[in-house]
Amino acid sequence: MSTAAVKQSGGFVQEHLYHLQLNLHTMKIGDGGFWTLNLDTIAVSLIIGFIFLGLFWYAALHVTSGKPGKLQNLVEIMLSFVQDCVKEAFQGKSALIGPLALTIFIWAFLLNCMDLLPVDFIPSILHLFGVEYFRSVPTDDPNLTFAMSLSVTLLIIIYNFTSKGLVGLSKEVLFQPFGKWFFPVNAAFRIIEEAVKPVSLSLRLFGNMFAGEVIFVLIALIPWWSQWPLGFAWSVFHVLVITIQAYIFMMLTIVYLSMAHQSH
Amino acid sequence: MEINFTLIGEMITFALFVWFTMKFIWPPVTKAMADRQKKIADGLEAAEHGKNSLEVAKKKASQMLTETRKDSSQIIDEANSRAVKIVDEAKARATQEGQQIIVNAQSEIDLQVERTKEALRKEVVDIAMMGASKILSKDVDKTTHKKLLDELISAI
Repeated sequence: MSTAAVKQSGGFVQEHLYHLQLNLHTMKIGDGGFWTLNLDTIAVSLIIGFIFLGLFWYAALHVTSGKPGKLQNLVEIMLSFVQDCVKEAFQGKSALIGPLALTIFIWAFLLNCMDLLPVDFIPSILHLFGVEYFRSVPTDDPNLTFAMSLSVTLLIIIYNFTSKGLVGLSKEVLFQPFGKWFFPVNAAFRIIEEAVKPVSLSLRLFGNMFAGEVIFVLIALIPWWSQWPLGFAWSVFHVLVITIQAYIFMMLTIVYLSMAHQSH
Repeated sequence: MEINFTLIGEMITFALFVWFTMKFIWPPVTKAMADRQKKIADGLEAAEHGKNSLEVAKKKASQMLTETRKDSSQIIDEANSRAVKIVDEAKARATQEGQQIIVNAQSEIDLQVERTKEALRKEVVDIAMMGASKILSKDVDKTTHKKLLDELISAI
């Protein structure tokens, strides 16, 4: 490979790692520090979300307890799968946990699925309309994965307070696991534990999807005749990763909320 | 990897999605599923119930059948014995009546014979009287010879 080719390939990789960004200070395309909106992430996640909710809502509107249709069957399979997971891992009753788990699972799964589109498919179409950069996999963006995991953390905190009360929670934080004489250590342990949850939750999903996407980009760089077998193999493997990551995110959410719900 | 305002936007989006699922998708579908589960359970129970009652009805029917069979055979037996009895009775009465008729006829005949004998006797007496008077050419007094005549009559 000549240096020019290397430069070109480096450019190709980087091109696929830039977001389509909106600077909220100037309301123009470009980077604006914290006040930046990743338009590609927002757009794709919204579109996918609306497809998911629309499909499920349509099924829910036409739901029947008699003989179900094909769509209803699909929806019911998904729902009962999530319901079983919740029943297995979550003690107690909550009207929120089932819908939350369903939304996480289906939404994350569909967003991950965007990874299976050819890496240049959506960007090259949008190039025709003058869009310079576009990343079509929203779960490649830590903003989205952190948004989900921080929302879950928020719920964990709320659950902790509502199910144990301020006194119960304080006792638990201060006196466990080493007894009351080690309360600073206990509190530190607890805070670290709680802080690690959202980070691990979001970075796991982000890392997997980002790595997958980078490998797809790299595969796109090699000569065209060897792209097919490698791309095929990685796609097949990636289907597994996509599903498992969505499942893990959902399952861990349920487990974390279950832990927050019941006292130790 | 950079964190920016997208995080807030996606959190709002996520919250709205979860709210929508919780409000419009989860309840009707789970309700329909629970309803179907109940329906199926009810149906199975009804089927079980129907099976049981069928079993009971079958048993009852066979019981009734055997009972009826027994009844009918009993009725037939009774009828048979009654018929035999009636025939026997009729036979006996007929025999008796026949006997009676025969007896009656016999007595009638006897009477008739007796009467005829009497008449014949009288006739013979008359003839004898006539013959005797003719022989004696003189009227024989019946009263005077009554004893003789009676003897004669009983002799005949």
